[in-house]
Amino acid sequence: MATAGAPARTVAPKIVAKGAQKRFPTRRGWVTAVESVDLEVAEGEFVCVVGPSGCGKSTFLRILAGLDHATAGEARIVPGSDPKQPLNAVVFQEYAIFPWKTVLANVAFGPQMRGVTRAEREAIARAWIAKVGLERFEDYYPAQLSGGMKQRVSIARALAHDPQVLLMDEPLGALDAQTRAVLQEELLRLWEETRKTVVYVTHSIDEAVLLGDRVVVMTAHPGRVKTEFRIDLPRPRDLTTTSTPAYAALTGAVWAALRDEVRAAMAQDAEEVRS
Amino acid sequence: MNRARPTSAWAVPAAVLAATLAAGFAFDLWTQAWWALLGVAFVCVVLTAEAVEGRLAVRHLGAYQRALALGFPIALLAVWEALATTGVLNPRWFPPPTQIAAALWDLIVSYDRFNRTSLIGRPWLVPERLATEGWAGVRALVDEAHLTATLGRVLGGFAIGAAPGVLVGMAMGLNRTVRHMLDATMSAIYVLPKIAIFPILMLVFPDPFGEGPKIAVVAISAFFLVAISTMAGVQGIDPVYLQAGRNFGANRWQMFRHVILPGALPIVFNGLRLALGTALIVIVAVEFVRADRGVGFLIFYYWQVLVTPKMYAGLFVVMALGVGLTALLQWLERRAMPWRKG
Ligand SMILES: Nc1ncnc2c1ncn2[C@@H]1O[C@H](COP(=O)(O)OP(=O)(O)OP(=O)(O)O)[C@@H](O)[C@H]1O
Ligand SMILES: [Mg+2]
Repeated sequence: MATAGAPARTVAPKIVAKGAQKRFPTRRGWVTAVESVDLEVAEGEFVCVVGPSGCGKSTFLRILAGLDHATAGEARIVPGSDPKQPLNAVVFQEYAIFPWKTVLANVAFGPQMRGVTRAEREAIARAWIAKVGLERFEDYYPAQLSGGMKQRVSIARALAHDPQVLLMDEPLGALDAQTRAVLQEELLRLWEETRKTVVYVTHSIDEAVLLGDRVVVMTAHPGRVKTEFRIDLPRPRDLTTTSTPAYAALTGAVWAALRDEVRAAMAQDAEEVRS
Repeated sequence: MNRARPTSAWAVPAAVLAATLAAGFAFDLWTQAWWALLGVAFVCVVLTAEAVEGRLAVRHLGAYQRALALGFPIALLAVWEALATTGVLNPRWFPPPTQIAAALWDLIVSYDRFNRTSLIGRPWLVPERLATEGWAGVRALVDEAHLTATLGRVLGGFAIGAAPGVLVGMAMGLNRTVRHMLDATMSAIYVLPKIAIFPILMLVFPDPFGEGPKIAVVAISAFFLVAISTMAGVQGIDPVYLQAGRNFGANRWQMFRHVILPGALPIVFNGLRLALGTALIVIVAVEFVRADRGVGFLIFYYWQVLVTPKMYAGLFVVMALGVGLTALLQWLERRAMPWRKG
């Protein structure tokens, strides 16, 4: 069930990363955030990336999003047939919804930047706000919302942009266990509806196996792809999926691959403290 | 905070307060140790007020806190009044508040024939002047007023300085080259007390005694403060908002309009508030030295002729001006940043 190595594919990939590397100049010399990432993602695939903290997951995602440049190799999204459709939208690790805009204005932001008329973009935004269950909060400002609600706004904003690829950076990382579980089911439901190509970074193995078609495990800093697992649990999934034996076997296998990397990352941190 | 405390919690400090005041009068301690008595009295009042708050219902708390905020200055004035009328404070230098109020009223309603000025420009004469002399008559009334002179200099200088201050600050915040070029110079000029360049400004303007240099010195003080805060505001924007803006396809103008401007606004308004305070300080100082109208002139004039109640009335007007202008700015701030109401 868990097979290492890239699966055979016939269609052209939607995302291509070949030896993607990112180094930052710092006062103490160059810091390598991402060593070399090779990854291909098919159209409509949901890929989860797990790896120890600091291994370069956010950096890799920022390169994919075009917010940063690779210092060597490449990581890019292959444009689709519609040149007007945005390539990607990011759900940031820190929400990053604008505190000075209402929920409605935040969700309508992407279409507004593309020059969609007010009536039209508000209709789009309202539809997505309803899908994430925030109808009553349209006119609220982010400061008046809970963490879970803010993250829903951030997800709705990304979906309202209607991107070819959705890039999500630990979107549920800061939430409590219950809110997280509810939002995981919502994400599954939304994905069934849209079937977008998704790259989803997470700390949680359970979450990665529950959501993804594939789980990519990265090594400790500096990051490379260590191995990957195909998750062929039947769709549509929901939280009951987590009580199946197949699910347990997969999370066990992913954890076995990740354990050494987390240990290595902790050893690095200890090293850093000592020096 | 701590609800349901025993009665003694407020009764004891209240009793100590009464005893202190009584002892003060009985043994004539006020003249020798008024500071000690005031200190003890203040601590007792705080303790009593806290204890009373602890016994109040929650829904009364807001009103109670407002009452405290209002009650303290009233109590302060009452103490001042008592000390000045009993002669503990020399009424020549510290005239009782009632006298100051009377002086203020006198300033409002009367015309100073010697200086040919009035405090607020005698607005009740407007219809009559309009009938006899037309708009020129009204203009003369506005020109004779200390209040409009100071207000005009503050608002004029503030507007002339703050608007380019915001622009230059934005440029410094957005463009690294501009920032590197200007930052050191701006910071150096920023710490210079602007009143020190007033003499230069008097040379620069064709009429050294006119309004030009006065408005200019206010404008320059406002400019540097606002520019430096605006720069800090732009640089302080969390980069993740800039990334979000770019990720959702904002072009340069959209970035400025939807991310940078609102993101910097809180700090910009901080700068505006500071600049307003500084503008008042600077204009009063300038009017001390070189003016024949203005509230600063009024204060200094009545100090020179030793009419202290009117001098204090002038101080009160400056205070009221500061409070009023700050309130105006806060109102603007709430309008400009509705998301900050919480
Ligand atoms: N702008 C930068 N300058 C210097 N070093 C950076 C920069 N951005 C990231 N790094 C370094 O690159 C490494 C990877 O960072 P990144 O944020 O991508 O990790 P991550 O896997 O997302 O971690 P986490 O799971 O904690 O979010 C870290 O060691 C970090 O210190
Ligand atoms: Mg990260």
